Amino acid sequence: MLHYLLSRLFAASLVLLGVVCLVFFLIHLVPGDPVDMMLGEAARPADREALRQALGLDQPLLAQLGQYLAGLLRLDLGHSLHDQRAIADILAERIPATVELALAALLVALLIAVPLGILAAVRKGSLWDHLAMGFSLAGVSIPNFWMGPLLILVFSLWLGWFPVSGREGPASVVLPALTLGSAMAAILARMIRSTLLEVLHEDYVRTARAKGLSEFQVVVRHALRNALLPVITLLGLQLGTLLGGAVITETIFSWPGVGLLTIDAIHSRDYPVVQACVLLISVSYVVVNVLTDLVYAWADPRIRLGEGD
Amino acid sequence: MRLLHVFPLLVVTGWLLLALFGGWLPLQPDAIALDKILQGPEREAWLGYDDLGRPVWDRLVMGAQTSFFVALWVMLISFVLGTAIGTLSAWLGGWVDLVVVRLIDVFLAVPGILLAIALAGVMGPGLENVIIALSMVGWVGYARLARAQTLSLKHRDHVTAAVSLGVRDAHIVRRHLLPLLSAPLIVEATFGIAGTVIAEAGLSFLGLGVQPPEASWGSMIRDGTRYMLVAPHLVLAPGLAIMLVVLSVNLLGDRLRDHLDVRSRGT
Repeated sequence: MLHYLLSRLFAASLVLLGVVCLVFFLIHLVPGDPVDMMLGEAARPADREALRQALGLDQPLLAQLGQYLAGLLRLDLGHSLHDQRAIADILAERIPATVELALAALLVALLIAVPLGILAAVRKGSLWDHLAMGFSLAGVSIPNFWMGPLLILVFSLWLGWFPVSGREGPASVVLPALTLGSAMAAILARMIRSTLLEVLHEDYVRTARAKGLSEFQVVVRHALRNALLPVITLLGLQLGTLLGGAVITETIFSWPGVGLLTIDAIHSRDYPVVQACVLLISVSYVVVNVLTDLVYAWADPRIRLGEGD
Repeated sequence: MRLLHVFPLLVVTGWLLLALFGGWLPLQPDAIALDKILQGPEREAWLGYDDLGRPVWDRLVMGAQTSFFVALWVMLISFVLGTAIGTLSAWLGGWVDLVVVRLIDVFLAVPGILLAIALAGVMGPGLENVIIALSMVGWVGYARLARAQTLSLKHRDHVTAAVSLGVRDAHIVRRHLLPLLSAPLIVEATFGIAGTVIAEAGLSFLGLGVQPPEASWGSMIRDGTRYMLVAPHLVLAPGLAIMLVVLSVNLLGDRLRDHLDVRSRGT
């Protein structure tokens, strides 16, 4: 297990280093001068040069990357071009909102997908199965930037049950979480159905039936437990889509998280903040996937033993 | 059931025809009628008018052109780039493969839509930039698939035979590998088109895509949300269009996968 853990962590840190470089180069190689943006076109050349030096922009790109990496090790993400605040402080304010939204969306996805997937698998070929799979297909085809406004129209404007936007009180998270979680629910439900269908033909399920267990016990205690393993991996992979989608969902609902910060920073051309946001989201995605792998290895000994040789 | 079979074909054909020949229809997507602002459907405009008094149907057709051309270009660029990188990487092996695998890992570690948003945001709005941003994200899927497939084909007998006969690499890749690779890649491309339609609309929704007066289904939804209570048709029409097209392309992709007998995506 230790060997597996170490090799996994090593691979992940290489990927993280690559992600930092990728994001850094993409943002720095694109034309556009931050100094022009901060001072305006009419600034005196001497002032521009002074600011350029102060920001370290006069140095070669690789030296800038080196400084950025050194800063990252000290958790120094630089400063916002907009108001000179430390980006780490800005992010710290925003992270709780995004984590809250992501967890709520995950909960929504599981609450919808697990019963739906089970129902579709157990009643395969029935009307329920067709309905569940129809929902699943619709779920991946409805973009969150349409789902969100529709939910606002029905549940906020017409029925008045939930606030239109913002993050005040527990009711305000419901619509954003539904928007963000429904696409994931659709994919999960499909996955649960297909893995459960495979498992339901296994010998141990037949044995459980033969023992005279109730159908509920057979499905939930014996089949579902094994069917859920691949689902864990999918959950980890889908989290990337979830975090990426959070940018759009947070914009729709003015949810004050990292996603909204990204969009605001893009519109105000605050590139260091854009860079930090993309990095933060990617890093959390990588970390979650490593954790997923570890959970998976812990739950299924074949994996950690297979990696050992 | 028969309807379910024909339906996606109809939608995709309609999308294609409107995108290709919409320019020949007598449409006026930029015509402003101040007395018609936010009006609902009527005889001359069966989908009503938007917040500037422009006919929604005409703009919807314009949006179909945007989404189709972005989807087509992104698919072509990503397909060619990804397949070339993936196939060569697996065929050459060694340090080339090592570098490519690491690169793919890094790109996969950044959520695709997030990378596209950041790229399009930094490059500035516009159709070309949307295509570049989405292709930068899109090639990875094809590369991973082409690489995995090539690795499994590399040691097949017919390839070994060609190698021992002294056939040139380029010829082997073109004649003996690519034909066998194409089925899963075509299926991937179909799902890729559906994803690109959503992604383009998403970027335009965020104001990072096409700029006014050009129309995109995404920007139509964004503009419409401000008037949702008085004129819900502004949000309903483009949203339904996206959903129908994406749903249909996905259904066709599913059917194609079964037909070409591709077992699972992204193996």
